[in-house]
Amino acid sequence: MARKVIVLGEIRDKALRNVSFEAIAAAKVLANGGEVVGILIGEKAANLASDMIAYGADRVVVAENEKFNHYTPDGYAQALMAVIEEEKPEGIVFGHTSLGKDLSPKIAAKLNAGLVSDVTAIEADGDNITFIRPIYSGKAFEKRVVTEGIMLVTVRPNNIAPLEKNEERTGKVASISVEIKDLRTIVKDVVRKAAEGVDLSEAKVIIAGGRGVKSAEGFKPLQELAEVLGGAVGASRGACDAGYCDYSMQIGQTGKVVTPDLYIACGISGAIQHLAGMSNSKVIVAINKDPEANIFKVADYGIVGDLFDVVPMLTEEFKKLKVLSF
Amino acid sequence: MNICVLIKRTFDTEEKIILTDGIIQEEGAEFIINPYDEYAIEEAIQIRDEQGGEVTAVMAGNEDGEKELRTALAMGADKAVLINLEEDVEDGDQWTTAKVLSTYLEGKNYDLILAGNVAIDGGSGQVGPRVAELLGIPYVTAITKLEIDGRKVKIERDVEGDVEVIEASLPLLVTAQQGLNEPRYPSLPGIMKAKRKPLEQLELDDLDLEEDDVEPKTKVLEIFLPPKKEAGKILKGELEDQAKELVSLLRSEANII
Repeated sequence: MARKVIVLGEIRDKALRNVSFEAIAAAKVLANGGEVVGILIGEKAANLASDMIAYGADRVVVAENEKFNHYTPDGYAQALMAVIEEEKPEGIVFGHTSLGKDLSPKIAAKLNAGLVSDVTAIEADGDNITFIRPIYSGKAFEKRVVTEGIMLVTVRPNNIAPLEKNEERTGKVASISVEIKDLRTIVKDVVRKAAEGVDLSEAKVIIAGGRGVKSAEGFKPLQELAEVLGGAVGASRGACDAGYCDYSMQIGQTGKVVTPDLYIACGISGAIQHLAGMSNSKVIVAINKDPEANIFKVADYGIVGDLFDVVPMLTEEFKKLKVLSF
Repeated sequence: MNICVLIKRTFDTEEKIILTDGIIQEEGAEFIINPYDEYAIEEAIQIRDEQGGEVTAVMAGNEDGEKELRTALAMGADKAVLINLEEDVEDGDQWTTAKVLSTYLEGKNYDLILAGNVAIDGGSGQVGPRVAELLGIPYVTAITKLEIDGRKVKIERDVEGDVEVIEASLPLLVTAQQGLNEPRYPSLPGIMKAKRKPLEQLELDDLDLEEDDVEPKTKVLEIFLPPKKEAGKILKGELEDQAKELVSLLRSEANII
């Protein structure tokens, strides 16, 4: 049975986020040969529709309204519900991002539907779709199915491979006008605090520091390495609690759960709470002075040494590689 | 100010997950209040202490949850409600929990409902926003600062590291992100007092709900543990050579560059 599945494209800094392309790939699996419809909600969203099509959407519906310059649950829900009423999809896929986490339960409640959040893999067996998702912050996984009604899903960034971009694909782009009323929460300001560039949850490479970085300045060599690798800098709770960095950088059972291709843990002892947030990374490198540190148990590669010696050496070595790609 | 805090009982963050016959073994495990819910409780207590009113801690769970509710009372909540689903609900999902909680909250007219941003076990973060939607009130998730002035509310929320400044008004549901506050430990007098504070126990019947009304929309087929990692390679030799070797291993062996 083919299903019609819609995918919410998420716009940040005037571009679609990677996770939206991954969500399209997930939607294709759910659709089982059915139509995948991209939805773009934003102030000037229409020019991104072709990207959704190039990554596999069959067509795109665009809802533009000046009130969409900031995400609000009420505004986005009104737009999305208008599309849902029109399209009557059998599945909806969101990215498991700040926005997707915030909006998807509201839509699920409106539709009186189940929602499978933070999915890292999807198994399809004919009509049957099984979702795999981490529980206990990755200490275990569950296979979950939707037993009744429309399938709502959020997919974790970096886990489901997007389809190959094909600029030659074509599809219709339609726009709908949505009347937005009664926004009960209003965004007055957005203060940019996250490091410029790469977002932790979507980063392919993460350089993380623990208590071993010793100070806020101690993060500097980590930042330099991250820059060379096009990665993001994260931290353990120990480093955050010690005041070396902002809690927004924290990776762990409280904090962010990340699954980059490469995770380099610098001066992190490897408490179980930290491991819960990063142990599903594809390749883990540990740098620690203490050869007994727990982090070495989950590391693919370990260097026993002072991070202040090792990290700058790594930065130099990576710089020597002409082409870096992840 | 009439404040409600939704809390969940979870495994301690230190606990390892052990499967027996495909089921997570709970015997012998330490349980705690979900860490994000602790921020919610702390915030509720602080607001009550400033503005007056009452804090009610509510849990949908089983009878073991009394321990965590008593902890919330010991921290300073005024009363607690345990909706015991043990008899009636076998494998509820977030839809179930939200249905139960919102049915209980319906008509109670809380000015402010607080919850954790996410529970560290199920990890979906659905229940807060679902409950708000079912009650027809607005919500703000992952908050790191909350200021209430009359009915007006000013909030800071964490958006993947950036800070969004939000204005809203009561009634409102918010979910707590780390950084909102520093949850207190229950004091000894607090623990003594908590024993005498009211803790109401309810079942589905008391909410006029039937088992069919809370039938989940999703189902778990299987739980499994991540594959055990092989022991990694600890590099040897001069640090500089190790750095060289690592880069080359990442390239040739791990194939990620």
